[in-house]
Amino acid sequence: MPAAERSLPAGRPARGSFVRAVGAIVWKDLAAELRSKELISGMLVFALLVVLVFNFALELDVRARQSVTAGVLWVTFAFAGTLGLNRSLALERDGGCLEGLLLAPVDRSAIYFGKALGNLAFMVIMEILVLPVYSALYNVNLFQPLLLVVVALGSIGYVALGTLLSAMAVQARTRDVLLPILLFPVVLPVLISAVKASTGVLQAVPMDEIWPWLNLLIACDVIFVAAGYMVFDFVVEE
Amino acid sequence: MIDQKWPLGLKILTATAALLVFVAGCLVFLYAPREIVMGEVQRVFYFHVASAWVGMLSFVVAAVAGVMYLVRRTRTWDLVGVSSVEIGMVFGLIAIVSGSIWARPVWNTWWTWDPRLVTTTIMELVYAAYVLLRQGVEDPERRARFGAVYAIVGVLTVPITFLSIRFLRTIHPVVIGSGDAAAQGGFDMTPPMLQTFLFSLLAFSVMYFALLLHRVRLARRAEALEMRRADLAMA
Repeated sequence: MPAAERSLPAGRPARGSFVRAVGAIVWKDLAAELRSKELISGMLVFALLVVLVFNFALELDVRARQSVTAGVLWVTFAFAGTLGLNRSLALERDGGCLEGLLLAPVDRSAIYFGKALGNLAFMVIMEILVLPVYSALYNVNLFQPLLLVVVALGSIGYVALGTLLSAMAVQARTRDVLLPILLFPVVLPVLISAVKASTGVLQAVPMDEIWPWLNLLIACDVIFVAAGYMVFDFVVEE
Repeated sequence: MIDQKWPLGLKILTATAALLVFVAGCLVFLYAPREIVMGEVQRVFYFHVASAWVGMLSFVVAAVAGVMYLVRRTRTWDLVGVSSVEIGMVFGLIAIVSGSIWARPVWNTWWTWDPRLVTTTIMELVYAAYVLLRQGVEDPERRARFGAVYAIVGVLTVPITFLSIRFLRTIHPVVIGSGDAAAQGGFDMTPPMLQTFLFSLLAFSVMYFALLLHRVRLARRAEALEMRRADLAMA
């Protein structure tokens, strides 16, 4: 009996195999990126350019920085994130890899979580590289634990919706323009609460003024991850 | 094959909707009293709220149609979804424009970044994205699936957007229920006003369902035409 046949589970895949499938997809994405480095480098250069544009557009002097840093950061993350999401799913489509993934005997939601985790990894790497650059350029300390938590929570919500919608966008004729149009109006609650929470942290306001935004952010994450998990099947079915 | 003539139910519904909207118009201009502070411009309120209500209702109907489509996979639910979105888009726009007309004299500005205004705008943008998404997908089955998924995602996120902006302060009056102390342009409704208001809501809701049926019927006929063309091309 060939090895491939033996490894097929009899009925529904067990939980262990679900985690293994998710891990395999994440690993595939990371390995491919490690070799080409085109996704991260594209996102990173674009993010730095956005910061640069903001610098001149908003005249980021000391006073203005106080209030707009969080906004600038999140717009940067959101724009660069779109770039990464589009590329990540377009790669699957162009290489015909999506069909391969769909043929694999794994739960469709494993593909969703695999791609989402991969996208989250790229997004977080980009953010970790942008934050120190921004800190150095504008002489603000962005490495505060709470701010990193907000960045992580915001990225989870963004990627949860972004992976779902970019899977739709790459299958459309107008794919390059479609993702931002689809994503931005629906990801708005994540961005609003993330910007508000980040501003709160940076201006060192009392914790009980930050909590509502953090709670909202967590609620968004839960809702969007659950929604993506439930409807992803319908997006990739053939 | 769809009958050329309107079915009886649709005739009755259309006539009822037309009559109700006409009566609502009469009530707004002849029956409802002149509001003492804001004057005549307050009369926008009746159709403004009714349009906003239809805009939101069609959003919910589109999402329900989306769920039904994904479960049942019948074309009709897809047609209901897209029809509802198109109608909702128009009424959302009516709500925004009529609100601006009211806001100009009362708030002394056409626009303010209030939760209700922003949420309505976001809703319009979600509608627009929905339409663009459908235009970008050629395969009808896939287009229907994507539309359904996006309508469901949209209906989840729009209320959260509303909540998140509501944390910030609002000046939009809340006429039903208790308003914010900072709200400007609020007023207490006298019984004739309340009657006119409720009647407008009813009239617009009936009009919505009449339009929805017409739009679904139109989509069906367009489809039938498409099929016949294909048949002719084959023959």
